[in-house]
Amino acid sequence: MIHNDMSRRRLLGLGLGLGAAASLTLAGCGGGDDDAGPAAGNGGKDYTGPKVDLKLWNGFTGGDGDIFKALVNQFNTEHPNIAVTIATYQWDDYYNKLPGAASSGNGPDIAVMHMDQLATFAARGVISELDDVAKNLELSEGDFAPTVWQGGLYNKKRYGIPLDMHPLGFYYNKAVMQKAGLDPNKPPTTRDEYTAALTELKKSGVQGFWISPFQFTGGMTFYSLLHQWGGSVFDGEAAKATFNSDQAVEACTWLTDLIKQGHSPANVGQDADYLALKSGKNAFNWNGIWQINDLKKSPELQWGVAPLPQIGTKPAAWANSHNFTIVKQRANDANKVSASKVFINWLSQHSLDWAKGGQVPARKTVREDAGFKALTEVNALAPELEYAAFPPATPGLGEVMTTFYNSFNEAALGKKSPKQALDDGVTKANKQLEDNRKKYGS
Amino acid sequence: MADVIEVGAARGDAPPPAAGAARRGTSADRAKRATPYLFLAPYLILFGIFGLLPIVLGLWLSVHQWDFQLPNRPFVGLDNYTDLFSSDSAVYADWWQSVRATAIFTVLSVPLLVVIPLGLALLLNRSFPGRTFFRAIYFAPYVLGVAVIGLLWRFLLDANLGLVNSLLGAVGLPADTPWVTDVPWAWVSLVGVTVWWTSGFNAVIYLAGLQDIPAELYEAAKVDGASAWERFRHVTLPGLRPVLLFVITTTVLASANVFGQSFLITQGAPGTETRSVVWFIVEEGLRDNDAGRAAAMSIVFALMLAVVSIANFRLFRYRED
Repeated sequence: MIHNDMSRRRLLGLGLGLGAAASLTLAGCGGGDDDAGPAAGNGGKDYTGPKVDLKLWNGFTGGDGDIFKALVNQFNTEHPNIAVTIATYQWDDYYNKLPGAASSGNGPDIAVMHMDQLATFAARGVISELDDVAKNLELSEGDFAPTVWQGGLYNKKRYGIPLDMHPLGFYYNKAVMQKAGLDPNKPPTTRDEYTAALTELKKSGVQGFWISPFQFTGGMTFYSLLHQWGGSVFDGEAAKATFNSDQAVEACTWLTDLIKQGHSPANVGQDADYLALKSGKNAFNWNGIWQINDLKKSPELQWGVAPLPQIGTKPAAWANSHNFTIVKQRANDANKVSASKVFINWLSQHSLDWAKGGQVPARKTVREDAGFKALTEVNALAPELEYAAFPPATPGLGEVMTTFYNSFNEAALGKKSPKQALDDGVTKANKQLEDNRKKYGS
Repeated sequence: MADVIEVGAARGDAPPPAAGAARRGTSADRAKRATPYLFLAPYLILFGIFGLLPIVLGLWLSVHQWDFQLPNRPFVGLDNYTDLFSSDSAVYADWWQSVRATAIFTVLSVPLLVVIPLGLALLLNRSFPGRTFFRAIYFAPYVLGVAVIGLLWRFLLDANLGLVNSLLGAVGLPADTPWVTDVPWAWVSLVGVTVWWTSGFNAVIYLAGLQDIPAELYEAAKVDGASAWERFRHVTLPGLRPVLLFVITTTVLASANVFGQSFLITQGAPGTETRSVVWFIVEEGLRDNDAGRAAAMSIVFALMLAVVSIANFRLFRYRED
């Protein structure tokens, strides 16, 4: 009797779902072998064929999404024979979904992608080459910042047309600086100025530079410093991890020492560094350019943003970039491909409006436009374009970068010494790189 | 299996067939033997597609280096399995650390998730004013998604800005406990949040079980002079035995499947010490596109859980005596 009852209840319970059970969905399996072949059309100058519908996927879930939508609407109005519809997903979901969708024929025609994902998706045959677009539109390195332009290449072929770049910037709370007797209009730009400012801040009772142990933002801060010290995460071919070099250890030690000296509290939580900056408990935060629009929402807050101060021997800043890519299709529709190219070219030329979303446009003409100069804060970070440190174009680097950030996490939380944490990380990273070489056969 | 068929066939005709073998082959009999399967069919089809097929596919994946997007998916034999057990592979350290993290979480959370909801259910089973209100309140957190509770508690538990530490500080206790960035505190947080979050569910199951225990048993026990503790020990607990088995089994499995809490609250910190098995499998399979390795991990993990569940069933087997 009780037994019967039980099984019914169990079914019910299982049906309701177990609280913490996470479900793992295997994306549909299918071949993605068809090559898009030589791209059709005239490489994006114009499109005169029959009316086509294009699907575009992106991950602009924040305020940037609205700006992007407005741009796409404008494009649709100006191009009666092309109708672009957009779908927006969280970036993480997006990258998981895209390959399965593309190989089952349900993918988009155009996909927006971060620069560090291009190589992986190119190697996995999800996106097609765009060399002819660049050639026919007469786009060349000179039209873009070289760092960004180079990042769109994989195996010497172009897979992405850069839209923007988003670097790490140096945010400071002017009110907190003023309270400590610092000039809020002269943020520190060198190592000496920076540490002197921190000392003043400490005297006024403020821990001036909260260092987060997580990728956002401490890990990216360390990434920038490592390059400032002249180090690198990988060697030239991304065959070996090098983030335990003397330079890297020194850069990491500089950060962990600041925690030890009380310029940052220990155990800073995710986002706590940024929230503390906003609430006046923290003076300095190295954070992504995307925070500009968020800070603008609080008019009572007195803040400023500048390029990262030069702590090491040369300037450098973590940066990434959004790129347009064309997704390989099962059914190869030449009209769609050429219409996609028209869209990419048009949007690249209209990226000034995109800059209002809080990104530095990749295109030089747009950056030199008076309209962009008027965007004070975003424009302040444009100089970083020259020395931005982008991740290398090697497939499968995502997990290796996670290892890098986890090593920093252990060091910043004081679980290991910087040297030990980075050495352990490099050992693991090298094994992961070897696995990747086997897998992608490079 | 054979037993089930016999029983199913026997029920159809009374008296039971004397010589089953001789009757085999007639079409009427064949139809009868098909009967139980026809009744099972709706679920069997679903189970086949969403249960059996993925298991078989998982086994197949686990012996390949499998990225569904790459044309080359070589057969690698047991490599994906041996990688998990050989200390010089790229995943060995991460894999065993995630197993350890999951084991710690399960061992700490299951006893609490079995005992606390039982206490709650006993309290909520009495009649007092506002009983329905309290039943709803204790169940309420369970309806929230893991994303909501994860984000909520991450901010509450923040070492420097969180409400928890500032309250502790206000009453003179240490205010700098790293609740989400250092062990053992991270375990306290993860277990505590999970208990707060899911206790209501187990309590409801217990409550249903308690209401199935006939009131006469309690009356009889009282007449015999049993104390409150004796009534609990000798009436309530035996009456709840099948419910307990259910609660323990599902709680062990749910705890072993922990993912969202550590993903959102501790983010694996410090380092990757609080990264759970399911999280690691998801990363390996979906982010690093190594479905073969992820499948091998899933199968090894499923076997581990099967062993735990079998032990559990042996311990609590419902005896018909």
